[in-house]
Amino acid sequence: MNRMQQSVESAQAIAASDALAIERTLAGERDAFRVLVERHSHNVFRLAYRMTGNQHDAEEVVQEAFLRAYQKLGQFASRANFGTWVYRIAANYAIDRMRQRQKEEARRQTPSVEDQDGMENDPMNRVADEAPTPERLTQSIELRKLMEQALAALSHAERTAFVMRHWEGCGIEEIAVVLKSNSGAAKNTVFRAVQKLRLALQPFVGIRVQTRAMGTES
Amino acid sequence: MKHMTEEELIAYREGEASQRTTIAEHLAVCQECRVELERIDAVLAALDTLPVPDPGADYGRRVWQQIAPRLPEKRERWWQVLFQPRRLAVMGAVVVLIVAAFLAGRITKRGGIEDNIATKEQVRERVLIVAVGEHLGHSERMLVELSNAEPNDPAQKQVNISAEQRRAEDLLQENRLYRQTALQEGDAGLANVLDELERVLLDVAHSPEEVTPKQLEAIRQKIEARGILFKVRVVGKELQQRQEATQPAPDQKDSAKKERNKV
Repeated sequence: MNRMQQSVESAQAIAASDALAIERTLAGERDAFRVLVERHSHNVFRLAYRMTGNQHDAEEVVQEAFLRAYQKLGQFASRANFGTWVYRIAANYAIDRMRQRQKEEARRQTPSVEDQDGMENDPMNRVADEAPTPERLTQSIELRKLMEQALAALSHAERTAFVMRHWEGCGIEEIAVVLKSNSGAAKNTVFRAVQKLRLALQPFVGIRVQTRAMGTES
Repeated sequence: MKHMTEEELIAYREGEASQRTTIAEHLAVCQECRVELERIDAVLAALDTLPVPDPGADYGRRVWQQIAPRLPEKRERWWQVLFQPRRLAVMGAVVVLIVAAFLAGRITKRGGIEDNIATKEQVRERVLIVAVGEHLGHSERMLVELSNAEPNDPAQKQVNISAEQRRAEDLLQENRLYRQTALQEGDAGLANVLDELERVLLDVAHSPEEVTPKQLEAIRQKIEARGILFKVRVVGKELQQRQEATQPAPDQKDSAKKERNKV
């Protein structure tokens, strides 16, 4: 039996087991839902963390996603794909959470002189201001900070689309459902996200690659 | 030679390009596009190094422990939910109000007053508005009291919130019924606020009877973070205005009465 066949069979077994747990939960066995929570929590956490960028919000997203899934379980038609369904609920809630967080932060911050000029709001300016020297860039911690800033500068839709497509391997149709748009628009959102990340990070990644290449040559 | 656009290369890299074979063939012969793709690859590969914290092997179990108290004990069928004693009591109260409003309408009609006869829908809406308004008022009072709760004796380390907890349980039942009614009536705004209120009530109902000041502070912060008191007040005010709009102003009533007396 080859590896692909094994993984297909294991996915089928999980789907069948999920369907059974859903049936039992709907029949009134609350503890049957536990199986679903324990099985899918890690995946949902990974998605939530990449979307929100912090552990506290990610954990809240996970809890809320499963609570909502439990409440709406009766409406869940395609019972073989619980993982995808709860994933979608989590992505939707993560977008709401990011918007809420943004509003809270906007309320907390008083506008500065730069804000009025619109300079401070441009994430590219922020990156340039804090741009470290090439020597410091070799430290991965600096690059990590830049990457986190570049991801934070994406719009909620762009970040969601990028996380779902690039890291989670979701299909464009699935991303379109979460973004409440069509597949063409979802595809464009993924493209815009990669383009912005590239614009923000390529100079620093380039230096890194170049440095590495030079090291190999010598 | 026509080069690939950035969009085509990104779509190719992310496995979404429709003409994968054409792009692959072009890349095989075009170094410029290959370098461009390598640059995109380098950025994406760098992003792949961003770590995701490991929540631990027992994370699923912890999530279950956190959400289990917030899940209803048993998922029941809609008719079982409908005929719960508490719901029946609330529904009974609503029915009594509707019958009273209907009878009041009939009596005033017999008295010969033709003006301002409310339709059945208006009566039903008015009853709902009054009932939800009262429910929001009760909820607001309970939340304010909870926010101001302090230990009876300053030497005590625990704060007893059992009274608020019991009230939250009762309010929770009513809240669910009103939320469902608001949804059926197509009042999404009201349903949303009731939904948020339900979560706060759930939190309070499932809190321990005695909490430490730290736990109480956490509850307060949750109430504050959701801004639920403010929302409840706004919706309560709005309902009051709607209630006033569905019945004539007292001075209008009086003047109408005076006019009728003159005649």
